[in-house]
Amino acid sequence: MTAFWVLAPVMVLAALGILFVRKAVHAALLLAVVMVSLAVLYAALEAPFLFAVQIVVYTGAILMLFLFVLMLVGVDASDSVVETIPGQRVLAVLVGLLLLVTLLTGLSQVSLGAAQGLGAVSPDGNIAGIADLLFSRYVVAFEVTSALLITAAVGAMVLAHRERLEPRRTQADLAAQRVRDFVERGTPLGNLPAPGTYARHNAVDTPALLPDGTPAPASVPRVLVARGVVRTPDPRREDGRGLDTPGPARSARGPGYSTNERAAVGGGGGTGTSEARRTETTGEPEGGQ
Amino acid sequence: MDSVTPYVVLSAILFTIGCVGVLVRRNAIVVFMCVELMLNAANLALVAFAHQHGNLDGQVAAFFVMVVAAAEVVIGLAIIMTIYRTRRSASVDDASLLRW
Repeated sequence: MTAFWVLAPVMVLAALGILFVRKAVHAALLLAVVMVSLAVLYAALEAPFLFAVQIVVYTGAILMLFLFVLMLVGVDASDSVVETIPGQRVLAVLVGLLLLVTLLTGLSQVSLGAAQGLGAVSPDGNIAGIADLLFSRYVVAFEVTSALLITAAVGAMVLAHRERLEPRRTQADLAAQRVRDFVERGTPLGNLPAPGTYARHNAVDTPALLPDGTPAPASVPRVLVARGVVRTPDPRREDGRGLDTPGPARSARGPGYSTNERAAVGGGGGTGTSEARRTETTGEPEGGQ
Repeated sequence: MDSVTPYVVLSAILFTIGCVGVLVRRNAIVVFMCVELMLNAANLALVAFAHQHGNLDGQVAAFFVMVVAAAEVVIGLAIIMTIYRTRRSASVDDASLLRW
């Protein structure tokens, strides 16, 4: 029972955390905690086969699938806190408490007595016992399971498959598009500048410096700009962690990444014409890269 | 050997938490995780009762629950991805219309 009393509070706390964390990734990690702890409880309950299956199937496959879909959907797709139905949250908690009270009342009515344990049922070990059952009494269910799994695989392929509505853009198309953009809008014809060129350090989150000393936002990946983790290089800071605003109006600002930083890189510190040019370049799809 | 009542109580608590999560959360993926939590809680009860009664059928049932959960997760996540692709949102509130 030691494993139980150690793990039960952890599991309840992690499960409660799923209710309260804002980001879906954190919820997935908390769910992993619950599932691994459950696997240990299975081992404590004389179910070594389910212990292994729990780890392999749940924490290995299912949670990986969850994380994979989270990456596709967007990691920072955090939950909205707006209640669409008024009073729904309070009612939901109320209903949950009622359910818990009902379940616990039902449990308190029965006295289970001492557990019998599984030693007598499976003298050849847990896996042999489960195999005996699975391939004799439950063999039909076991075979039907295969149909279920095939249906699931085919269904997932059908659902996740996307019909191509337009012809595939070849490399020649992209090159032609790039030249057309250069002629019509003046977007750069060659590669975008590499991050960190002439800057204090050449990490990907540091924009390159133009000849006049202003940063070139087109040189940092758009993903970093969207996340707001782009640094501003300040040549005057010796430690290379210049986080001040670019241009002549430099003001001391606290360390760390902030949304102001992104505004400073994306919108501030530049003359009018190069500014317009820059936003245009940043908004350009990078299909030809 | 002592009773498995604490395990069943824990299972009830986890099931309730998952239930409230399904009702409260708005992100479809998190709702789905809460469904998984409920399935896991039911599994814990099955395994605990198998231990209590000295009967392996509970463990076989838990095994089948895991198989069905795996299939269900695959389909559910594919549906969520399809909805996300058409609506650019994984919130359960936005999918109020099933037409487009």
